Amino acid sequence: MAELSLMKGNEAIAEAAIRAGCRFYAGYPITPQNELCEYMARRMPEVGGTFIQSESEVAAINMVYGAGAAGARAMTSSSSPGISLKQEGISYLCGSEVPGVIVNMVRGGPGLGSIQPAQSDYFQATRGGGHGDYRTIVLGPGSIQEAVELTMLAFELADRYRNPVVILGDGMMGQMMEPVQFPDGPPPQPPAKPWATTGTRGRGSPNIINSLYIEAERCERHNQRLQEKYRRMEENEPRYELVNPEAEYFLVAYGTSSRICRAVVGRASRDGLRVGMIRPITLWPFPRAAFDRVVERARAFLTVEMSAGQMVEDVRLAVEGRRPVHFYGRTGGVVPTPQEVLARLKLVVEGRGGES
Amino acid sequence: MLHEVLMAGFGGQGVMAMGSLLAYAAMLEGRHVSWLPSYGPEMRGGTANCHVVISDEPVACPLVTEPTAAIVLNRPSLDRFENSVRPGGILIYNSSLIDRAPTRTDVRVVAVPANRIAEELGSARVANMVCLGTFLALTGAVSASSVSQSLRKALPVHRHDLIPLNEAALERGAQLARAG
Repeated sequence: MAELSLMKGNEAIAEAAIRAGCRFYAGYPITPQNELCEYMARRMPEVGGTFIQSESEVAAINMVYGAGAAGARAMTSSSSPGISLKQEGISYLCGSEVPGVIVNMVRGGPGLGSIQPAQSDYFQATRGGGHGDYRTIVLGPGSIQEAVELTMLAFELADRYRNPVVILGDGMMGQMMEPVQFPDGPPPQPPAKPWATTGTRGRGSPNIINSLYIEAERCERHNQRLQEKYRRMEENEPRYELVNPEAEYFLVAYGTSSRICRAVVGRASRDGLRVGMIRPITLWPFPRAAFDRVVERARAFLTVEMSAGQMVEDVRLAVEGRRPVHFYGRTGGVVPTPQEVLARLKLVVEGRGGES
Repeated sequence: MLHEVLMAGFGGQGVMAMGSLLAYAAMLEGRHVSWLPSYGPEMRGGTANCHVVISDEPVACPLVTEPTAAIVLNRPSLDRFENSVRPGGILIYNSSLIDRAPTRTDVRVVAVPANRIAEELGSARVANMVCLGTFLALTGAVSASSVSQSLRKALPVHRHDLIPLNEAALERGAQLARAG
């Protein structure tokens, strides 16, 4: 491996994208992801790529649609309000099966909200904020090093499934610095894309990228094919980290919340509690298998989010009523402290967990 | 060994730079480290703080809520963070700009006339480095040579003429700590 660099999450994701062969970036500035735009503006010309500060977020996602359709590895990034604007484009990428990577450094909402870190766009990312029966793979990095690895993976998965992939970070993951290493060697070659709109030279008929199926039956067949693809994603792509599989109580958290919970796991064990953590890495497909592994031994789950309670719905679906599922969250850009979470966990242990 | 450091001051006092220099030096020494900024929407004149965690193990929580050491460069930061320092921890405050003494008796309180020393050295802008020097001498969190090496990496080459000034400021801060 190469030498260590101390980088912000935003910068590390941008560099990882370039190392993964991304040569097209379009975006519009918004805090707390500006360092990503800024880094791309500097780096893209150095590698012969294209950086565009677009006139709007809507323009940026449609430029990614176009670049992806022509076969490029393409990315856009924003934060919550800007990602809302991109939803129509994401639906089109899914409908026409064009790969692309979308980074959301989530901030407090709704509306303009705050500029501090939040996780309140989980529903939007995992359910789809645009129209139609579509799915995107959603990756939630828990460290800056993992942000690098997941960014590289995002481009691979996007190409493999011809589908957009969302990297769901938060303001803290974007602006925090940690040491990172990038893999040595040249970027992996993207797979051949015989479907891309690269001109008809050497080929008889033009490729067409489109999401319009005007006859209902044809549109249904298209949907069935998409659903079959999403089922393959659900079979092959769930990823998670399980800390202390032998524990009695499990915290469930991703991204920044998982860092808080990791500290709580250590403190709780010093207080004599047997506490573990399930950290979903793919938020969609949700790693239900992690829950099946521990649910027989577990006494209860405590989901911790920087939201009013979104992922907790997936946790309840995965636990299927077999054990109590509790929730603790902070909203609006407030990051929960380990002390708060530990206090809430102790209530759960005492059987006074509140809502479940 | 675990250092959870909180640094705070006005935007423009070099709080983020001081923190990233410390984090960089820790990385060069092969330690696990995180640097977390926190600021309001304003770039200059607002309050800014950063959290640096240096550990022998992977950093679980980059958020510092009970610092082992706090370095505060202005009065609002002292008022806000004095009570958060862990009992037995260290509180370094910039006595050039802060017009009251801390009241904690269960932490080691160190007054550093950082702006006065920095001005003696020729630039008030290295007041942050004076405080960092005091912190390093008290804790041994990273070596002075790692910080010097970090300065060479962090500063663009056309600013390398500022390195001796920064090193002098670190040394004056360290002397203050050694004088006890």
